[in-house]
Amino acid sequence: MKPGVLSKTPAEKPTLSMPRLSPSAWILLALLPVLAVSPLVLPTYQVTLANNIGIFALATLGLVLLTGVAGMTSFGQAAFIGVSAYATAYLATVSAAELPGPLAWMAGSPLAGLAVGLVLTLAIATVLGAVTLRLSGHYLPLGTIAWGLSLFYLFGNLEFLGGHTGLSGIPALNLFGIAFDRAEALFYLIWAILLLAVVATLNLLDSRVGRAIRALRGGQRMSESMGVDSFRAKMTAFLVAALYAGLAGWLYAYTQRFVSPAPFSLQAGIDFLFMALIGGVGQVWGAVIGAAGVTFAKQWLQDLLPHLLGRTGNFEAIVFGLLIVLLMQRLPGGIAGWIAKAFERRRHRPAALESIDLPAAEPLPRRPMPQKGEVVLEANGVTRRFGGLVANRDISFTVRAGEILAVIGPNGAGKSTLFNQLSCVDHPSSGEILFRGERIDGRTARAMAGAGLSRSFQHVKLLPTMSVLENVAIGAHLRGSKGVAAAALRLDRAEEARLLDEARRQLIRVGLGQYLHVEAGSLALGQQRILEIARALCADPCLLLLDEPAAGLRFLEKQALAELLVKLRSEGMAILLVEHDMDFVMGLVDRVYVMEFGERIAEGPPETIQTNPAVLEAYLGGVE
Amino acid sequence: MNLQIVMLLGQDGITNGAIYALLALSILLVFTVTRILLIPQGEFVAFAALTMAAMQGGTPVRLGWLLLALSTAALVMDSHAAWRRDGRIAVRRGPVLGLAYAAGLTALTTLLPLAEAGVALQALVTMALIVPLGLALYRVFYQPIAAAHPLVLLIVSIAVHVVLVGVGLLMFGPEGARTEPFSDGGLRLGMVMLNSQTIWVVAVSLALILGLYLFFERSLYGKALRAAAVNRLGAELVGISPELAGKASFALAALIGSLSGILIAPITTIYYDSGFIISLKGFVGAIIGGLASYPVAALGALLIGQAESFSTFWASSYKEVIVFTLILPVLVWRSLSHHGAEDDE
Repeated sequence: MKPGVLSKTPAEKPTLSMPRLSPSAWILLALLPVLAVSPLVLPTYQVTLANNIGIFALATLGLVLLTGVAGMTSFGQAAFIGVSAYATAYLATVSAAELPGPLAWMAGSPLAGLAVGLVLTLAIATVLGAVTLRLSGHYLPLGTIAWGLSLFYLFGNLEFLGGHTGLSGIPALNLFGIAFDRAEALFYLIWAILLLAVVATLNLLDSRVGRAIRALRGGQRMSESMGVDSFRAKMTAFLVAALYAGLAGWLYAYTQRFVSPAPFSLQAGIDFLFMALIGGVGQVWGAVIGAAGVTFAKQWLQDLLPHLLGRTGNFEAIVFGLLIVLLMQRLPGGIAGWIAKAFERRRHRPAALESIDLPAAEPLPRRPMPQKGEVVLEANGVTRRFGGLVANRDISFTVRAGEILAVIGPNGAGKSTLFNQLSCVDHPSSGEILFRGERIDGRTARAMAGAGLSRSFQHVKLLPTMSVLENVAIGAHLRGSKGVAAAALRLDRAEEARLLDEARRQLIRVGLGQYLHVEAGSLALGQQRILEIARALCADPCLLLLDEPAAGLRFLEKQALAELLVKLRSEGMAILLVEHDMDFVMGLVDRVYVMEFGERIAEGPPETIQTNPAVLEAYLGGVE
Repeated sequence: MNLQIVMLLGQDGITNGAIYALLALSILLVFTVTRILLIPQGEFVAFAALTMAAMQGGTPVRLGWLLLALSTAALVMDSHAAWRRDGRIAVRRGPVLGLAYAAGLTALTTLLPLAEAGVALQALVTMALIVPLGLALYRVFYQPIAAAHPLVLLIVSIAVHVVLVGVGLLMFGPEGARTEPFSDGGLRLGMVMLNSQTIWVVAVSLALILGLYLFFERSLYGKALRAAAVNRLGAELVGISPELAGKASFALAALIGSLSGILIAPITTIYYDSGFIISLKGFVGAIIGGLASYPVAALGALLIGQAESFSTFWASSYKEVIVFTLILPVLVWRSLSHHGAEDDE
């Protein structure tokens, strides 16, 4: 165990100490004075370079969120910048007479340019997301490649956008009487926007919506069962990334004062992905490191390579491409990930352990629970066929509140098929499943999470690098309601405290109270299984479906699990578990349902099942 | 637009569509077997076309050097892996033979007067260069991460594409090139004059598709590849090495890519970076086939060829926009017919 971190109570806290700040807050504090003086001391050329880096970092930040956190890839970031930059440039250079009457006021207005740029970017992102994000992970990158190319040709062919020569003569940015006509002035604007975006992203990740986005990498089946709308979570990440690109495009147009198709080509989209990967795609600050690193390295290579190779061309791409391959093979976390790891090693504890003091918060409201003895789950003649194979034939049983039912059977008996149908991952070919009197077959796992049906997984599904507490808080997703904007602006703190407090309470309830801030992946398998139960409990369920909860547990862990389940039963929870471990089942459950070859062979209290000849034959091969 | 123009455009569309169909098939093949989206597929096409052009133009053929470099890297990586595994450097025969082959071929392509060799021999040499290139690419770039998340494989694919385009510029220069047609004249069918190259493209494509069909239906290696595509772990358990499956699919992709390049070189001017746009149309075909169905992908690719050819007539500067926007309705349809959440793997 890691002393001093987990057992810290408010009483032990030293009274005179440095304020507890996250690593990001320290980085911000260190960065601010540097940024404040940079334009005053650096030559204009360097300031211009820093402006470009800031704009690139903003677009890359979107990719860090999209690729590093949500596990999706887009090559469309440059194209999104292009849409916004062109919208800005067009409105800045068009004369009022050329626009239709009601829109004439937009001509020359930077804020109208920003608004139109963002609206267009988000609209296109919504369409692209809507058609690709429901499909497997390959369609988004392919879709963005195709659209990035289309857009490039479109920019080059539209007369009113200046064709291949582009739009020039964009006036200097003037906002509320402040002229941003010099690189130094733009520097403050660009970096202020970038830092705000970084802070907003950090806030977003540390929230209910952020957990939903981070949970995408742990498999959608898990997060959907916890009530997370994974399509929506993906769309959120994609739109936020597009929004940052849109902002970057607006800044780009006013920094360059000229737009043409070339900087928004697919090649540029690939460059942004490279920046994110080199910087470290899992870390928000990786965007800044990547943008700066790639920009500097590119300049250096563009000077060096033509000397080396004796001719000019886009040869730095070879170096970057090889670097990416090497990174993917050796150092998938990029530079920022490497730095973060090095720091963790030095401190001998994960960064996430910066103990977040959890103030006790008002408990979340609970759903009305069924009375003890009330039927919670009912299967009526459930049959599931796969082609000619009947995996479940005519299965019928009930589970009541305050009761534990075990479904047992040898391998291949059809237990997993049954479990999938009960948890609405799969649906019966015929028959019906009722949950609290309502038919649920055909409904989605996500809908059932909201109705009070919660589950664990046979193969543990959790986010190994996320803290135990946050993993469990995913279970409480549907008990909160704050969205992206509230999270980014930190308006969700009261609700967030209640969600985390609920997660903590459930972890204490299952006996993992001392592991709140440990990385979930560092727990033993048995503890991970218990964590899944805590996560399920966080949803405030009235029915728990547990898929082999005792598998891989040691004796004492099994005892603790049994105690926990007994306690839950006494509180009125209905529990169905699928299990292999006879000793575990027999001492614990109220009734046993035995399956073989997809059919029921026996049902009843454990004592009678243990002497049932059909069960003995199924398990022991019978008597010759 | 009269019938003659329709026929002419249709013929163009069929020629291009046949090439896109070949590329779509090889993209699908590699994807199903290895989960890799082979973005560098287009580079096989461009490199083949430009190597042909270099031979015919009497300029130095430099592709052998790339093969030599990759073969050396493969040998080093193999020895390194052996050293890490056994603590001593053991050199396996395969990579050494690969390197020897690359060195021999590089010497031949540098010394032989290939300009006088005739199209058939030039095509053969080109394929002899590019097929092992496919193998070496898999060995050096993908094999170390074959089990990685599909997202990582895609990123590496993009990176390899970027590297190859850069190397292409280095080897072939920025100028475009076109090769001589395989034969002169054409075939008159009624009122339509069939271009001889069209006949070549269609005939070779059909022959290749038939060959692939026989390979996958009849030969043991073909069946092994199909097994690996259906279930990688299962195939591994019955003794089909994923390494072999990966290399074989890459070699096939390189073969198909190089043939496409050789076929298309007399019709279109190819630049060092033209391959990407061409193969992307193969990708659109593969997407139409849902990254799963071979016949639908091939049909989709033919459709792309027609769409491209007719949009050249109506709105030639928007040709690419129209072709790539075609995937939108396909994606809409796929999204609507798709249910539930799925995990990649």
